Amino acid sequence: MIHAVFIINRSGGLIYNKSYSDQLAQLSSNEALIFAGTFHGIHALASRISPAPKGTSDRDYESIDTKNFRLHCFQTPTGIKLIAATDLLQANIAEVLADVYKLYCDYALKNPFYSLEMPIRSDMFDSMLLKLVQG
Amino acid sequence: MAQASNLQRLDTRVTKRSTMLLEQSVLRPRHDKVSLGAFALLFGEIIRYSQNRVLGIQDLEGKLNEIGKRVGLRVFELLMLREKNVHRETRVLPTLMFINTVVWKALFDKQADSLGRSTENEDEYMITDNEPSIIKYISVPKEMASFSPGAFLAGIVEAIAESCQCPARVTSHLVPADGLPLKTVILLKFSQQVMEREKRLDAGK
Repeated sequence: MIHAVFIINRSGGLIYNKSYSDQLAQLSSNEALIFAGTFHGIHALASRISPAPKGTSDRDYESIDTKNFRLHCFQTPTGIKLIAATDLLQANIAEVLADVYKLYCDYALKNPFYSLEMPIRSDMFDSMLLKLVQG
Repeated sequence: MAQASNLQRLDTRVTKRSTMLLEQSVLRPRHDKVSLGAFALLFGEIIRYSQNRVLGIQDLEGKLNEIGKRVGLRVFELLMLREKNVHRETRVLPTLMFINTVVWKALFDKQADSLGRSTENEDEYMITDNEPSIIKYISVPKEMASFSPGAFLAGIVEAIAESCQCPARVTSHLVPADGLPLKTVILLKFSQQVMEREKRLDAGK
């Protein structure tokens, strides 16, 4: 089950944030912004100190495991990070995140009222993502 | 060596495709389709470009309408040339049917979802499309709630109605319904002379 979805832009700003369950503590909008910035920073640092030799690691998709939930991150070629917080049973999250990427390309990038790097405010994106998360 | 032959192969492919495209007859009905993604990007850019050059929402719709008209004129000519069993209509109802079926089919590969007459004014007709594919990816922001990106479609319809000797003022309206957030109604208000002519023709029958 997917608890929440975050999208972080190239410079570490939060551009989308939606929670789909009450099992995960709700973040205030300020906390969500801090989470995005922190995640972005740690991601950048971790990829520099990663022991995997250059070019061999799976750079697009990563996850962090905890006891109670898992944090998945999919990075697009343009540096947008799509993040999903799920429970430990959720399978195929890489495909789900790829679908989220598709939705981002369609309903954010092809929407003339969306400006790059800015928060995504699109009803169509919201409803399509909800459909995707609920399976 | 291997690289050179690779290049050559690529080269022939490119020329072959372009001659094919250029040698195609304009008369041949086409079944090949345009990528919706590519069109959505182009249409999005048209809206963005126009938006920087207008004062308000009405102005923006007017601009899209104008661009649509240029498309509509060409579509009309092309359909007259290409479609068999189609001739130019000059009466109101056949013109509407022509737009509803032939034009929509040529542009969107489906018929428009409904065609109706306004109950209030007898010179107003409505064409409804439940999910116009050209605005599939567009979400109108709340501060522009009255904006209907279907103004482009309205322009196409306006040009065709005019080509059929039935000039009308055509506007488009976004009317979200349950499960159909993009439902668009295209409203045609025919000019007075057209309605008078219709009455005369009906009386002469």
